[in-house]
Amino acid sequence: MTITHETEPTTTAPVIPAWRRVVGSRVSWMPVLAAVALLLIMFAAAQAYFGRFITPGVISSLFVDNAYLIVLAVGMTFVIITGGIDLSVGAVMAFTGVLAAFLLTNGVPTALVVTIMIPTGALFGLLIGILVQYFDVQPFIASLVGMFLARGLCYVLAPRAIKVSDVGVLGLQSTKIGGGGWYITATVIIALAVVIIGAWVLGYTRFGRTVYAVGGSEQSARLMGLAVARTKVLVYVVSGACAGIAGLLFTAYTAAGYSLNGIGTELDTIAAVVIGGTLLTGGSGYLVGSLAGVLVYGVIKTAISFLGVDQSWTRITIGILLLAFVVVQRLIVARANRR
Amino acid sequence: MRPFLKSVLKNRILWPIGALVALILINFISRPSFLSITVQNGQFYGSLIDILRNSAPLMLVSLGMCLVIGTRGIDLSVGAQMAISGAVALTIIADSPTPNSLGTVMIAILAGVALTLLFGLWNGFLVSVVGIQPIIATLVLMLAGRGIALLITNGFITTINSTPYQFIAGGYIFGFPFEFLVSLVAIVVVGLVVRRTALGVLTESVGINPAASRLAGVRSRGIVWSLYGLSGLLAGVAGILYSSNIMAADANAAGVNIELDAILAVVLGGTSLAGGKFTLAGTVVGVFTIQTLTSTITFLGVPPAVTPVFKAIVVIIVCLSQSRRVRAWLSNLRPPMRRLPSDVVTPIERTAA
Amino acid sequence: MDVSPVVEVVAARLRYAGDLALDGVDFRMFPGEVHSLMGENGAGKSTLIKALTGAIRLDSGTVLLEGKVVNFATPAAAQRVGISTVYQEIDLLPNLSVAENIMLGREPRKLGAIDWAAMRASASAALEALGITIDPRSPLGSHSLAIQQLVAIARAISTDLKVLVLDEPTSSLDQDEVAELFRVIRELKTRGVAILFVSHFLEQVYEICDRITVLRNGQLVGEYLTTELLRIDLVQKMLGRESSELDVLESRSTPAVSPLGRQSIVSARGIGKRGKLRPTDLEVYEGELLGVAGLLGSGRTELARLLAGIDRADTGELMVGGNREHFHEPRQALRAGIAYSSESRKTEGIIGELSVRENITLALQAERGWVRRIPRARQAELSASWIEALDIRPADPERPAGVLSGGNQQKVLLARLLALSPRLLILDEPTRGIDVGAKVEIQRLIADLATTGVAVVFISAELEEVLRVGHRIIVLRDREIVATLDPDSVTFEILLAIVAKASGE
Repeated sequence: MTITHETEPTTTAPVIPAWRRVVGSRVSWMPVLAAVALLLIMFAAAQAYFGRFITPGVISSLFVDNAYLIVLAVGMTFVIITGGIDLSVGAVMAFTGVLAAFLLTNGVPTALVVTIMIPTGALFGLLIGILVQYFDVQPFIASLVGMFLARGLCYVLAPRAIKVSDVGVLGLQSTKIGGGGWYITATVIIALAVVIIGAWVLGYTRFGRTVYAVGGSEQSARLMGLAVARTKVLVYVVSGACAGIAGLLFTAYTAAGYSLNGIGTELDTIAAVVIGGTLLTGGSGYLVGSLAGVLVYGVIKTAISFLGVDQSWTRITIGILLLAFVVVQRLIVARANRR
Repeated sequence: MRPFLKSVLKNRILWPIGALVALILINFISRPSFLSITVQNGQFYGSLIDILRNSAPLMLVSLGMCLVIGTRGIDLSVGAQMAISGAVALTIIADSPTPNSLGTVMIAILAGVALTLLFGLWNGFLVSVVGIQPIIATLVLMLAGRGIALLITNGFITTINSTPYQFIAGGYIFGFPFEFLVSLVAIVVVGLVVRRTALGVLTESVGINPAASRLAGVRSRGIVWSLYGLSGLLAGVAGILYSSNIMAADANAAGVNIELDAILAVVLGGTSLAGGKFTLAGTVVGVFTIQTLTSTITFLGVPPAVTPVFKAIVVIIVCLSQSRRVRAWLSNLRPPMRRLPSDVVTPIERTAA
Repeated sequence: MDVSPVVEVVAARLRYAGDLALDGVDFRMFPGEVHSLMGENGAGKSTLIKALTGAIRLDSGTVLLEGKVVNFATPAAAQRVGISTVYQEIDLLPNLSVAENIMLGREPRKLGAIDWAAMRASASAALEALGITIDPRSPLGSHSLAIQQLVAIARAISTDLKVLVLDEPTSSLDQDEVAELFRVIRELKTRGVAILFVSHFLEQVYEICDRITVLRNGQLVGEYLTTELLRIDLVQKMLGRESSELDVLESRSTPAVSPLGRQSIVSARGIGKRGKLRPTDLEVYEGELLGVAGLLGSGRTELARLLAGIDRADTGELMVGGNREHFHEPRQALRAGIAYSSESRKTEGIIGELSVRENITLALQAERGWVRRIPRARQAELSASWIEALDIRPADPERPAGVLSGGNQQKVLLARLLALSPRLLILDEPTRGIDVGAKVEIQRLIADLATTGVAVVFISAELEEVLRVGHRIIVLRDREIVATLDPDSVTFEILLAIVAKASGE
């Protein structure tokens, strides 16, 4: 990222002080560490205030309740690192959920339904990606198109909520593994697997590194001969596919496919990713941070329900946190540019 | 024929007008009563009148959006701001011992609109002073705004009984719906402020070339700041209209997706999202087009909830028609056009980002 | 010479935005040489580089690599066959590690995953080959620009590099860093790489380059061996001597009174900005035409921008009409009566999509604030009178300013600033890239202006123009004023000698 330009002229070119090597290689992790620190502070504060917050049950449910959000955040992180944004994820998640519920009630086998959901999400991503890359449509407009389409198609398919009673799907959520108050569900395992696979792709494949390169400077990436166009389309496909997976998890969670599911989820996802240290201007971010961001969101939500106050405080708190992080990011970037 | 055709193609407002006329024609053919306007008790009724009335909130929001887009910005928080102003106004009226007094209603409206003006100025502060990208700066309020509205109404859908307040959306003056007259006044006032002062040309100057504007001494910060304020103010009024329509402050439903409709109306009207030259007249036509589209879809028996699909298709068509790739493709079909100025400014945009 | 050129450009021609950016230019480079491409703004240097490296396509002409015609679609394609460019603004990725910046695109892989260890090893090897010892894991952005540049070179040499283009590589380096860069350049030279070194620092050109190609106004002036070309001749070839067409304006309007007896309008004491302009003193008197001579990068534009509040000065103080001023914004300078016309007309001057009328009245309107709009009739009157006074063509106030020719755009800009009735008008290369007729007109306009008491600072790369227009001339070199001259007592040759002189001579 661009925040670490040195202001002082180097005397002899190759000599770099040891401290700078250490700080330098860690500096892009700073926002992630900030997110983790924020998470820990919030845990500590909640524990101090409520007395009984850090319990196996609360922490387990933190993951279980937010499994779908973790998956969405993974896809969103890909998109935001390239400097784009995807507003369609909530609607696409709802659509794949409705589609699954619709297919299941019509007797389509579970395995087939699940395998249809993910490519369906990816298809929305492909549409957005093509609009962004080949027709110069701004990412937020293009993803709005995806959002409109997905929401509208939800109603076409099912104006009312469709109850899901398929054991295979519900089992993802209801089968709890664990003991001593700790528990984990298949949805959490899927979500964490998505995080791990995503992190591997970002860290160890040319596609992943190109995602960062595009976010750093699209022009430079192109000059370096990287597949910029393909990467820019693919990140939206990844995000769409993640929305498809999230649709599965959310259906298992709510036991229904409903066209109004996940309204505003795209905002929660963006907020979680940004709080997790991904720069909205692109080029920097880690999935671990996004995971931490989702957990911050989860802790706020849980704490607010512990307090017994209105849930609308969740969005307000998240909004304030988002603002704080964005302002800090802006100040860091401004300082780097002043050299 | 050729030069005429060319000038028609060049005139940006003719496209949205064409779309609007086409939509009206479709309606007229499928139900001839569409164009008929009846008079009862000196008040006009009919599908067209409905469109004029129902488009009022979108009209107000779109006017503000058009100006903000002119500065190379965007305001995503307008829907949330509508929810806020409605919540404030209705809470005041509901808590008042005299909900039917004109004074109470006036105070309630002023309070609601004043608050959204402040929120608009807050957006402007983030964009013009702190330097946050407009999408993100207004996203914050889009996210938190509905929460704030819910807090104001204590999480309930506040309903009221207030004759003066009901008049805003239901009343008639000079035979026309009051709501429509409000939007008409807004169009005239904004139009006058923008084109009778130098606000319009200075806004365009900042939107087209911020660097050159700075060198010419234009105070871009103040302009950008105040336009976000204006957008908030107009969204506030739109929120009052909306809440009067249903006589309830529904923080979750008020102005949902209206930011998207407003952006669509502005773009449909011929204003580029890249900022610069904007047209309020085009925006007005764009709003009517969208409202007509919505009512057409409803008339065709499609559930209103499916409307987004049609809007998505419209957005795709509009965006494709603005896309360089498609234009280059089309220009092979007709004599080459002047190089687009937006191509020239690309390097600036890069440094500005 | 019996060696054949590694790369050749033959009869390159390119029209860009109406102007001929390259007009039949020939250019060649031999293996193992350091070649300098010299010329002022608008000479066609960057266009030629872009054509050579695949960033743009020529209208006509060919590029030959080792005797074979090549046609690059993209810079990446040029890189693949061994032509790499390192731009002044490093085109690498500051957010990624040094190793990735060197290796990305051909990174070693193991089982489908990037083999980070092997990648770092290869990157280290490439860095070591250039004698650079930095941690390949560190993010590129954490290093100084000098290091980033060397990393870019390391990336280039890790392919089969034949031609390396260095575009203004030294403009933000200090002396030690330049020495380090030159060491690397010499190292590459021994490997047979042809290096195109583009810089406006004459000393550096003479220190490192074997051969010089000079361009002017999109045309080839000539190709010379550095050892056979005197500095003063080089500068003269870059700046050129104008043809006699301009002798129309021979009789310079001399100031009625000597500057000494006049009121000082602007008085700068030690004004400077780090890396841009050393602390400088300057007086500008009313009604005087102050000509500013100096090469690109000499500080001529930087000085103007400090006076006009475009950039903020680090040091010194500025007195305008007896008041101490500290400008943060151009707006404040305009209010104090200092108007600046930028050298980049398109990006910092004209608002292309607005009409000529709106462009002319823009600054005046900005000064009045948005509330008090200049009445439409007054706008029409103003623009009509300026269009007539400056002979702006076409004389249509409602035409978008962006479609006018360069000379007419410049006049629109002049009108915008003159409408403010400034006390001091700073014109940065107002005659660049415009045709001869418009040039003469603008020069005459400037001369007329001074008779009305307006002070004009006139910056130009053309020394004759400076000599002809100025009542007094200052020369900038190496970011400071090195001479103040009376044009009546200096000749073109003397001025040229001062402009071209090496620092320390």
